[in-house]
Parts: sequence; structure tokens; C-alpha cells
Amino acid sequence: MSTTAVALVPFDTALASYDPALGLEVHVELNSNTKMFCGCPTEFGAEPNTQVCPVCLGLPGAMPVVNAKAIESAIRIGLALNCEIAEWCRFARKNYFYPDMPKNFQTSQYDEPIAFEGFMDVDIQNAAGETETFRVEIERAHMEEDTGKSLHVGGATGRIHGADYSLVDYNRAGIPLIEIVTKPIRGAGEKAPEIAKAYVAQLRELIVALGVSDARMDQGSIRADVNLSLAPKGSDVLGTRSETKNVNSLRSVERAVRYEVERHAAILNDGGKVLQETRHWHEDTGVTTSGREKSDADDYRYFPEPDLVPVAPSRAWVDELRLTLPENPTVRKARLQAEYGFTDLEMRDVWAAGALPLIEATVAAGATPQSARKWWVAELLRRANDAGVELAAVGVTPVQVAAVQKLVEAKTINDKLARQVFDGLIAGEGTPEEIIAARGLAVVSDDGALTAAVDAAIEAQPAVADKIRGGNHAAAGALIGGVMKAMGGQADAARVREIIMEKLT
Amino acid sequence: MSDLLKKSAAELVELLAAGEISSVALTQACLDRIAEVDGTIHAFLHINAEGAIAEAAASDARRLRGELLSPLDGVPIAVKDVLTTIGQPTTCGSKILEGWIPPYDATVVRKLREGGLPILGKTNMDEFAMGSSTEHSAYGPTANPWDITRIPGGSGGGSAAAVAAFEAPLALGTDTGGSIRQPGAVTGTVGVKPTYGAISRYGLVAMANSLDQVGPVTRTVLDSALLQDLVGGHDPLDSTSLPEALPSLADAARLGAAGDLSGLKVGVIKELGGEGWQPGVITRFDESLELLKAAGAEVVEVSCPSFVHALAAYYLVMPCEASSNLAKFDAMRYGLRVTPSGDPSAEDVMRASRDAGFGDEVKRRIILGTYALSSGYYDAYYASAQKVRTLIQRDFDAAFAQVDVLVSPTAPTTAWKLGEKLDDPLAMYKGDLATIPANLAGVPGISLPAGLADEDGLPVGFQILAPARADDRLYRVGAALEALLEKQWGAPLLSQAPALEGASK
Repeated sequence: MSTTAVALVPFDTALASYDPALGLEVHVELNSNTKMFCGCPTEFGAEPNTQVCPVCLGLPGAMPVVNAKAIESAIRIGLALNCEIAEWCRFARKNYFYPDMPKNFQTSQYDEPIAFEGFMDVDIQNAAGETETFRVEIERAHMEEDTGKSLHVGGATGRIHGADYSLVDYNRAGIPLIEIVTKPIRGAGEKAPEIAKAYVAQLRELIVALGVSDARMDQGSIRADVNLSLAPKGSDVLGTRSETKNVNSLRSVERAVRYEVERHAAILNDGGKVLQETRHWHEDTGVTTSGREKSDADDYRYFPEPDLVPVAPSRAWVDELRLTLPENPTVRKARLQAEYGFTDLEMRDVWAAGALPLIEATVAAGATPQSARKWWVAELLRRANDAGVELAAVGVTPVQVAAVQKLVEAKTINDKLARQVFDGLIAGEGTPEEIIAARGLAVVSDDGALTAAVDAAIEAQPAVADKIRGGNHAAAGALIGGVMKAMGGQADAARVREIIMEKLT
Repeated sequence: MSDLLKKSAAELVELLAAGEISSVALTQACLDRIAEVDGTIHAFLHINAEGAIAEAAASDARRLRGELLSPLDGVPIAVKDVLTTIGQPTTCGSKILEGWIPPYDATVVRKLREGGLPILGKTNMDEFAMGSSTEHSAYGPTANPWDITRIPGGSGGGSAAAVAAFEAPLALGTDTGGSIRQPGAVTGTVGVKPTYGAISRYGLVAMANSLDQVGPVTRTVLDSALLQDLVGGHDPLDSTSLPEALPSLADAARLGAAGDLSGLKVGVIKELGGEGWQPGVITRFDESLELLKAAGAEVVEVSCPSFVHALAAYYLVMPCEASSNLAKFDAMRYGLRVTPSGDPSAEDVMRASRDAGFGDEVKRRIILGTYALSSGYYDAYYASAQKVRTLIQRDFDAAFAQVDVLVSPTAPTTAWKLGEKLDDPLAMYKGDLATIPANLAGVPGISLPAGLADEDGLPVGFQILAPARADDRLYRVGAALEALLEKQWGAPLLSQAPALEGASK
């Protein structure tokens, strides 16, 4: 097995000789309040082994009961992926040993998944900046339960190697998972890494829109396994695949595909054979290393779970669930961009910041799309990043942003003062009006005070005043700046400019 | 022995109601009897003396306040050690679970507590319910009270022997291929396997989930009906439990005791009986048929051709499910742990613990099941066995289209000598020949005493089978036959059992 670094073949060189085939298996942890087969809570980050019962601990005699909410979520995901929904399906036991798995079998679905035969149209940008659509076919989406988590104590790395002992936390055991499996994605060529990333990104957006999962890759609520194989260019046969497990960021999905293409090509060019194996992705070094060798027929000894009655969702229920599907995120994005008049670049920033729903709500509260975008993406995003929180958790609501914007439009405050109002809002100092009053932030537009300040500025910067008198109106900025400084930023800049012009031209 | 102990539960209920005895006195009499004879019989693995007396005292107090919890409030009961009990060990007759005290009650145990029945203790059984003689218990065999050199049947030999030896008026057993009915037959007691799903399996440590059923072991048909009425019904914790309630089984038994069977069509299963069956068993069976005819029943012969494959199908399905169920015993979280010397890996510990913790019969079935499910063999074995189940189901459907109930001897022979078939698993398995089809099809069956075989003076069982959910029919016909037989004998069959010599424990 090749755990040592191989001399990689550059990506473009590899793609000149080989066609990649991709396969993606994405696990989505559902956000149901209770576990897949029992009533235990599913809160993330609870004290170890405080959310467990005989069922999810797999104690002798305990029996599973299916969580109806998880079935509903599975069906909604299936429908959103254009899948067929099974009229009748069963759970199966997947028998294998895994240290974190209390029953030593996983209750999953085998030959009878709840959803199958679907597709997702994935949008990518070509070199000319145009949007291209690539159809990814979905083989199945099936339900299963998550395992517990091991904690390895005593080693330097936190990995099992070198640890003194291991502890198991079963809080995660039994949390409902949906596994979404693509058919082999062929014909992606050199776009394979990009398509893989775009697929997972778009799938994540869909999951968020459906509201069925927290969809946090960093917390493992979405995890992707990346399968990749290379075949000689033009060949119909699939090459031997490697399966890179638990890739946990979008960037890593792209990098892992790229890396595996380069690694496979190196082996094949050398006349070697790619091993069918699972591989681990290393975020820090950007490489994969060998996990375990895997044969085609892993002997999981599947058989129907005898403790669970079959799942047979009625067609009426499925149709009802179809009506609850949200607008497809891709369609919605295009519609809002057109409605708001955002440029592609603006839209990309908005989307990357996760600001679209916040902007929507701010517009609904009365702001213009451009002002809403300006506050969220140009101003509040910086604070969210500084505080290390999601934009939505920055401490300001869309309604407050709209209120601040109205105060700016009414010239009660200017943009600079508005930033201080946001400071006050984040600090919990009250309503924008209360903050303006308490901090004394209102704009001064009283001509008496402004004229006095302009006179002082002219006196302080006679050279600048002469330039303006000489026709260089752009120089007014320096005088305005002086007035602003003198008045603590609270002067009405437009009025100050007018007074300067009245005096000097 | 106190005369009290010879009474049926229904008679004891009347004495309790009339204030002629207290539950404490009754429970103490049972405990005294256990102390007297269980050293010889070894029906119990755990005796809950203090707990049972406390529960009896609570029952007496309730009775004084007129607040009875159920018709059987105050009547003590023994529970097969495969059902989980808070505060009492649950070993399933195995070493690997030695000393395990479950943190939760099986639903049936909870219902016993809620019904006010003092629990005398946990009864001996073949390890993980695998066996037909109770000789595969890791804690030594149970003796048959009729002849202590003989087996009490299995796997529920402990429950049957406890009832036959007058240690407990009532017991709960479990029946996967006949483990209530066959011990019932060879100990002269009444044993019922209800319709699959009629009684919750939650907390029953599964051998083969799709076949297992909890059921009563008693001295009369009415007592079994009272007990099934108490512990039966839908359980939200067991998704395979029947959603709808059965009609009152005690009412059906009382109706049947009048003995009128006019209009009843009884089918004798051609494939269960005749050549190879012990003549004394056949003779008693035929006499019972005559009694049924005399009471107005029409008796016809019916053929169930697929029954010849039942044993083979059973010995595929059962070990497949069992092998998966037993995988959880890895010595890491509960139960026995054997640590080999040196620097053993986790695998070494598991291997050593399983080697020491599982008996030969259990290992045999784990290997059988693992093999039959493994890739490439599933279709040949497990899938074929499931097809046979469908055929057996069809045989039942066809037969029940012609007749109201089906009958056969419960077991081909009377109780064999301890040790006689220990080295011949196939001969042992044949003890369940007549009982297995009901488990494969999920239909209910009852075994009641039909007299003593001429050649050895040992009890013979008469089995009645009914369509799924027609458990009331079993109790009606069973109670009728019981009344007719007792009229002949002048007393219950158990009154002919030899007195057991006291043996100190």
C-alpha cells in the first residue's frame, strides 16, 4: 500500500491521457429532534453519553422504532433530487464490526432505498465566465443511523495510534443520516474537481433550503466520500476506484479529486495497478493516505431488519410533501439576482457570505437591495469574521439594518455614524434611536455651527482654500475632512460642501 | 407441600379476593417450595425472595384499600431469564451475560409490575434460548419434575419445571421454535405461543427476532388466558406488535370450559404424526381427538405439504438472525471480559471473551448463521428459507380455509433422558418438529396435557393451532378439551406427578 508520497503527475498532463469517473457519497445528518430509532435528543455538543438509552446503546433486548420525522425528511430530500419514492421499502442490517457501533450492525437500507433514480443539475462557470450546467445522476438516497464517536486519549495526535486508551461517546449513535449516492459521473474531464465541489455545494444549499439539516461541514453534519477512477481516454471501461472518506470542506472536495487524479495517473503511467481501497484526506498537507483495502464484495451480510415493519409511504403523503418543497436554490438565486440587479460579482459575494436570506429579509423590511447588500456584505460580514461567527449570528437583525438605513436616508445619521449605531446594536445598547441619543451621534446640519467650522477649516488650510478659489473643486475634500474631524464625524457632509462652495466660489 | 400451591392462579385469585389467604403467605409458600425442591429441579437462576415478598405486601395493602391493579394482582410469577428486569440479573442462561443487571424492564415485566404480580425470580433456560432440553444452560440443566433424570424441554425448561414442580403458579416463557409448547408438553403444563406481535418483545433478548414470541406457561388454560390478557397488547416500543387489541382471552377460555364444541371443524395435520412418532404419544393424541368429536367437533385430516421443509427453513432463518444479534457481545461494555496475558489487542480480548462466554450450541449457530448470510450464499440459504416460510404460510391459509383449528401432538416424544441427545444436535432439533411451523408463519399455538404415555408414564402434549389473531379460538378449544380430559382423570394431570423429595439448596 502506498502510504509514502508518490511522484504525482501534473493534473493537466493526467487529463490528457485519462478520463476520470467520479462518484460522490454524501452523508447528511438530519436535524430531527430525536434519533432515528428512539426518542433520545440529538443536540450537538452535549456531555458525552448523556443522550442515550437502551435502544441507541444497543443493549440486549432493546428494539428500534422508526422516527417518522426522519422518513419525512428523507422523502423531501428524495423529491428535491427528482427521485422516485419507494412505495414500500425496508431497513436492513449491515453487519460489520466498528468500535463506535453499539450493536455491531448498522441499521441501514440495502436493496430497497426510500428514494432512487434522480438527478441534480449542477452549475459551473466556464473560462468565459458563463454558466454551464452539468447533470449529475443520483442512484439512491437511503436512510441509516450514525455511529458513536471515539476519543483517543494519551497520544500526541488524538489519533488511535499512540493513544493510551480510547473512550466512546454514544450521543451521536442513532442520529438519522441520509446517504445520497451518485451514479458514476463521467464526461467531466478536467472539470471533475470543480464539478465535485459544485455538486456538494449545491447539494448543501438544497439541504439548507429544505431545512432538514444544519448542513455544517465543519461539524460533520454533511460529510462527503469521494470515489475516483481513471480510464484511458476514450475507454468505456471504468478504472479501479479509490474511496476518499469524510472530506469535510468544499475546498477539500475539489482538492481531493485533483490529488487523486494526479496520484492515479502516476501509478498508471508507471505501469502499476491502482488499489481498490479507502483513503484518508489530510486537510493540512492536501494529500490522501491509504486506509484499508476494500474488495468489491464487502461481506456485510445484509438481511432485512426483523424488528422493524416495512416503510410504506402513501402516495397521498408523498404528494403532500412534494408541495412543501422550497424553491430550488439555484432557481431562487437567479431570480433574486435579477430582481435586485446585482452584478455576478456582487451576487457571488452575497452568496459566499450566506447573506442572501438576510438581504431578502432586509429588503422586506423596507431597505433597497443595494443598501441591504452594502450593510451586510461590506460592513457586517467584517464584524462576523472578526468575531468568528456566522453572518446571521453577528447580533444585528434585518429589521434593524433596514431601520438604520432609513435613518441614513433621512440624514439623521450618515454612513460613518451608522457604523457606530451597529456597534451599539451589537453591544445591546437598545434601538438605533436610543443609541443615537445615548452616543450623541446625530448629524449636525445647523448652518450656524457648520459655517463656523468651515471658517475655521479655511483658516487652518489657506493653501487648500486658494486651490478651490482657483477652480480645483476636488480639493474641497480636504476641507470637508477638516470639518468632519473637528465635529467628530457628525457634520452633514453634503451641506458642508455647499457652504464651502458658497464661500470660495 | 402446602395445598395452596396446587391451586390454579384463577383459584388463588378467588382465595385472595375472599380474604382467605394473603399474597405474602402465598408468595412465601412459593419461596418455601423453591427452597425445598429447587436444589433438585434447578428451575431458577435467580431468586428474588425479598423483592417478591415486598411486592406481595404492597399487593395486600392495595387489596385492603380496594385498589387492585389487575385481576392477577398478588399472584406470584416466575420469569424466563431472557426477559430484562430492573434490579435482577438477566443472563439468558449464558456466561457472557453473567451478572448483567439491565437498566430497564422488558415491556411484559413492566406490565407484571403494573399488574401487581410479585416476581419470584428468573428461570433457567438454554443459553440464549438455543436448545430443546435446557441442558445448554451455562448454569447447568433443569430436571423434569416427573422424572428428575429427564429433560424438562427447552429452551424454556426452567419456566415449565417451575410451574410443574409447584414452585410458581404462573410463568412467562418465550417461544421461537417451540420453547414454550414443547417444555409444556413434556412437563404436563399449559404453554401458549400467541400470534406473532400479540405480546411485546421489547426487552426480550432476541434469539431470532422474526420468530420469537413471549407467552404464558401455566397449569390451566384459563390461567394462560388471564396472563396473556394482562401482558398482551400493542407496545409503541415494538413496531412489530399488533396495533389492534385481541378480544378477551379469559372470556374465551371460560366459554370453552362448558365443553360444547358443536360446529367446530378440527383439522389433523397429516404431516405431523404417524410413523417415527412415539406410539404412546399418538395413542393419547387420538384419544383426545375422540373427546373432541364427542363434544360435537368434526375432525378431518388436512395436508400441509410444506411442513416437511419447516425444520430446515427454521435452522437457516434462526441462526442468521441469531448470529447478527449476538455480535454485540464483544466484552467491551457489559458482561464477561476475559483478558489474555501478555499485551493483548482488543481483538484478542474479544476472541478470548467470546470463546469463554459462549457455549458450543451458541457457537454452532453463530457459525451457521454467519455462513448462511455471507456473500454468495444468501440466495441459496436465507432467501430460500424465507420462500419456504411463504409456502408454509400458504399451507396454513389453505388449511384454515377448511377448518377452524389445526391439531397435532406437540412433540414427537415424551421427555428424553438428560444427556441422551446432547451429542446429536439434529436429533435434538427434531423435538421441535411440530411446533416450528407456527413460528415460521406467525400463527398462535397452545400445548395442553393430553395424559401420560403408556410406555414411560410421562406427559404427552396436545397442540392446537389457529389463524393469526384468532388466539381466542385456541383458548376456547383448549379449555374445552382440558375440561373433558380432567373429567376423565378426576383431577388435573399434574396431581399425578410424583412427590418431589425435599432437597436443601
